[in-house]
Amino acid sequence: MSVRGKFDYDLKELQGKLLEIGSFAQEALTKSIEALETQNIELALEIMDDDAQADLMYEEINDFAILLIAKQAPVAIDLRRIIVAIKIATDIERIADYAVNIAKSTIRIGAEPLVKPIIHIKQMHMLTLEMLKLSLEAFNDEDIVKAKNVAHMDDEVDDLYGQTIRDLLHINLQNPEFLPQITQLSFICRFLERAADHVTNISEHIFYLVKGRQYDLNNS
Amino acid sequence: MNATIEKPRVRLVMTDTNRDALQNKELVYKTSELNLWYGDNHALKNIDLDIYENEVTAIIGPSGCGKSTYIKTLNRMIELVPGVKTSGKIEYRGRNIFDKSYGVEELRTRVGMVFQKPNPFPKSIYENVVYGPKIHGIKDKKVLDQIVEESLKGAAIWDEVKDRLNENAFGLSGGQQQRLCIARCLAIEPDVILMDEPTSALDPISTLKVEELVQKLKKEFSIIIVTHNMQQAARISDKTAFFLNGEVIEFTNTDKIFSNPADKRTEDYITGRFG
Repeated sequence: MSVRGKFDYDLKELQGKLLEIGSFAQEALTKSIEALETQNIELALEIMDDDAQADLMYEEINDFAILLIAKQAPVAIDLRRIIVAIKIATDIERIADYAVNIAKSTIRIGAEPLVKPIIHIKQMHMLTLEMLKLSLEAFNDEDIVKAKNVAHMDDEVDDLYGQTIRDLLHINLQNPEFLPQITQLSFICRFLERAADHVTNISEHIFYLVKGRQYDLNNS
Repeated sequence: MNATIEKPRVRLVMTDTNRDALQNKELVYKTSELNLWYGDNHALKNIDLDIYENEVTAIIGPSGCGKSTYIKTLNRMIELVPGVKTSGKIEYRGRNIFDKSYGVEELRTRVGMVFQKPNPFPKSIYENVVYGPKIHGIKDKKVLDQIVEESLKGAAIWDEVKDRLNENAFGLSGGQQQRLCIARCLAIEPDVILMDEPTSALDPISTLKVEELVQKLKKEFSIIIVTHNMQQAARISDKTAFFLNGEVIEFTNTDKIFSNPADKRTEDYITGRFG
């Protein structure tokens, strides 16, 4: 294999590693809401244990990227591919951390019956998950149209977040004894909202990768 | 001369050129519609390049793209090649260097050149440096001594050779010889220094010394450097021109070229996909 051919192969491998950590984060997020809905403490603990894998994958991506920079002295699109890989890995690792945070909140809520069905939280979760899936596709295909659509979906997550927090505060006024659970549910909403923001960051990184300049999609 | 130009001419519009003009940077070289032929071989095609003072301009491109031809045209050294024909204009400080009234010696006094392989004369270090000034009629020993010290200091080699100025220059290492050649160039107080792959025959440490020197020298001189080393161009130049098949494909800020080039061919070259 030529030197350039090997470099292209390594860049593809880096991309593959990112898609792998992305799939992991999707699964962790799915499990975390399942654990919350079914109040399954065992599953919540499993999510926390599994997070070490995400950390490992994240470290591997960083090490691999640093090695590529050191060995290949990349420029232009090659350099952007590597820098973007490091940035996206950071965002995905944070999303996996939010899944862990949701699991921790689930454990804190414990077996206490939920004050209300978690319909909006599930909607937020579905949207965030869909955003993550689409952003990984957009990254794989270097598709900025898809990346932009993902960023728009974040507005829906933000709306749902506002609405859900208002609902929870209202319940709290009527049932102050549920304050600890309502606090945890509010945290969970916040974790999902932040996770969606990180997906929007991924979209911004895809724009940078393709266009070579910074775009702010979080405030567009 | 009458030459058929096949492609319509498009002048590369450089936003940073506009910025330089706003900053009152002086234009050193203005190349307009330059064409050059080696016999039937059309080696430079419609070159338009503006070079400003106190900047390092790197010229990159694959072998045979015309980059060495271009810088050798800037001091008319190219005329030494038999069968060379040119059309178009190169203005140096506002005067067309191809004008019959423009003496080539006058031009080369203002525009020094450093080559790929160090080429000291088979003389002492001292004699190498004073060679140019002597030709220009300077005979006073004190003045010559001063020129030697200043030039060698300017080329960051004084400390290494000050105690053996009368030794033969061939006794120096390759890196030292190259810096001596730069000192020889500085001795005639040029305005522009052309460098044709000045570090390609040097080891990494000597290369670094020459690169540091280039950074220092640009405060006083304008430097145009041909290099095959992409990282070198990225490290030391302010602007970069990418040549391909005798044409300037892209000419812009070095930061832009190496982070987000506008032309696919530039990107393919700097990322090692061809060349």
